[in-house]
Amino acid sequence: MKILLMGNPNVGKSVIFSRLTGVRVIVSNYPGTTVSYTRGLMKLGDETAEVIDVPGTYTLEPTCKAEEVALQMLDTGDVVINVVNATNLERNLYLTLQLLEKGVPVVVALNMWDDTKHQGINIDLDKLRGLLGVPVIPTVAVTGQGMKELVENIPKATLPGIPTHSRDERWAAIGSIIDQVQQVTHRHHTWRERLSDASVKPLSGGIIALAVLAISFVVIRFIGESLISYVIEPLFNNLWAPVLSKLSGLLGGSGFFHDIIIGKLIGGEVDFVQSFGLLSSGLYVPFGMVLPYIISFYLVLGLLEDIGYLPRLAVLLDTIMHRLGLHGYAIIPTLLGLGCNVPAIMATRILESKRERFIVATLISIALPCAALQAMIFGLVGERGGQYVAIVYGTLFVVWIIVGTILRYTVKGFTPELLVEIPPYRLPQWRATLQKLWMRVYGFLVAAVPIILGAVLVINILYFVGVFEAIANFTAPVITNLFGLPKEAVTAVVIGFLRKDVAIGMLAPLALSAKQLVVGSVVLAMFFPCIATFVVLLRELGVVNTLKSTGIMLSAVLITGGILNLVL
Amino acid sequence: MPDEKQVTLTQMWARQSGIVVQVQGGHGVVNRLSALGIIPGKRITKISSMLMRGPVIVEVDRTRVAIGFGMATMILVQLDNEATK
Repeated sequence: MKILLMGNPNVGKSVIFSRLTGVRVIVSNYPGTTVSYTRGLMKLGDETAEVIDVPGTYTLEPTCKAEEVALQMLDTGDVVINVVNATNLERNLYLTLQLLEKGVPVVVALNMWDDTKHQGINIDLDKLRGLLGVPVIPTVAVTGQGMKELVENIPKATLPGIPTHSRDERWAAIGSIIDQVQQVTHRHHTWRERLSDASVKPLSGGIIALAVLAISFVVIRFIGESLISYVIEPLFNNLWAPVLSKLSGLLGGSGFFHDIIIGKLIGGEVDFVQSFGLLSSGLYVPFGMVLPYIISFYLVLGLLEDIGYLPRLAVLLDTIMHRLGLHGYAIIPTLLGLGCNVPAIMATRILESKRERFIVATLISIALPCAALQAMIFGLVGERGGQYVAIVYGTLFVVWIIVGTILRYTVKGFTPELLVEIPPYRLPQWRATLQKLWMRVYGFLVAAVPIILGAVLVINILYFVGVFEAIANFTAPVITNLFGLPKEAVTAVVIGFLRKDVAIGMLAPLALSAKQLVVGSVVLAMFFPCIATFVVLLRELGVVNTLKSTGIMLSAVLITGGILNLVL
Repeated sequence: MPDEKQVTLTQMWARQSGIVVQVQGGHGVVNRLSALGIIPGKRITKISSMLMRGPVIVEVDRTRVAIGFGMATMILVQLDNEATK
């Protein structure tokens, strides 16, 4: 049996989904589209039923791709649980009426039932059941209230079979239902609503946005650093390092296989960052340096999402994003890019037009340093003084604006206008938040770890046969003359194609001046996205557009690096 | 009703309310807006707007919706009597 969870965006569908299903949840792509959905399993009596969290939709007359997918999925389901926001019956009932017209068995979950009381809304349930002709169950997904009744009523879903209406007839029908079942008493605005309105006014909204971003940044760094120093580093140093040194001894301390598997010994010891072997750096980079930041970043982002802050940020930044040929919602993949470019570029799928997807993906791969890279920039450049870190970030920001502006005028196509519901602020639910965090972290591990291991292996072999020296000699004039960096930095730049953070780490032993370090960091940040990002770019944009994007990137790197070298 | 009380969303002040009279513009725009409940006859209140031709935030059916500037110019609203303002 296939159960579809359908409803408008922001009605708590995902929370109901995580209540119904267990932990084994799969995110899939709808065939032939970039729209993804979640599915899981639940027990229904003795049977196991498949539950699908259909993308949120306002109507079955599709206005965007996600809604097209929702409509197509509808034909594959046996029962629909229509999740309705009880505090906004008018708008939600539009989809409900369309579903009833479709002739699929429907159960209505009247979610956020507890909020109706706070908001002075009184709904006559029996009358509503009578008018709709299907089971209507009041639920509070966040506390689990009503979930048992909802499950019990799934087999009782009925097929009312009402005739098809036109849009105007539907709105008229909704008007008459609302008149009969709903009474609204006047009430005062709550502090949450005041805060909600304040966050979409230009001045107060700007201040709130700055505060939210600053706090997020501090919290992400705090959690990331804590994970590294109290969990990851002790594990690697106390458990993994002894194993590796034993293995190193067994392999003879040097030679081809030793260098590939363990890496070069630094001062007679295995160094997780610099040794660069499969089992040393190959494991330490993804698990020791990147994973902690991925976890902390996605935790904070997930919380911001669940609180309902992100649409407000999209509204505030809409004007700026329009200057780059985008609209406000492009801020979401952009923010993701500050965690890891891979999921960020995958998230460009939420944007409707090809043009926007190309612009955002290109900007992310050029101008947005990922969390791992930022950690290295802070560590290495920060040593020389905060002003140098500021120069690196400032340069990247200016590049983001300039490249975006150029793309806005040169990339063909259109950018649809912003039209988005601003949900009320809500307290996040740890269950749904953690489920989402797990799915994202797991996605990162599956996508990135094999690529990083493969990259370390390939680099080691290439290094051994002397390919790097050849490339270094070939590109040395650019590096030394244009960027003012020593010749040895070439290896770092080349490795930057595979792991940016490692590449910046390789600048450390070169005894660079502060200026050279700034130039090197900016060049490395902008130069080729890491190989994992590159693979995703290829998949999302196609060969031709990836080549275009790469061309833009190369020109931007040469110009920016050259200018920095001149002016600093 | 005199016509001069009909304004577009972008011309309204924050906290002014009225009734949506007409959504000008193509089928696509009308469709997207109606999915969010913005149809002729609906009561609408402007909450705020962003500077420099930024989006307009309105309240319809107790939910907040942000509408891009261009689209907001296509929504014609019959303002309530000044006395209620």
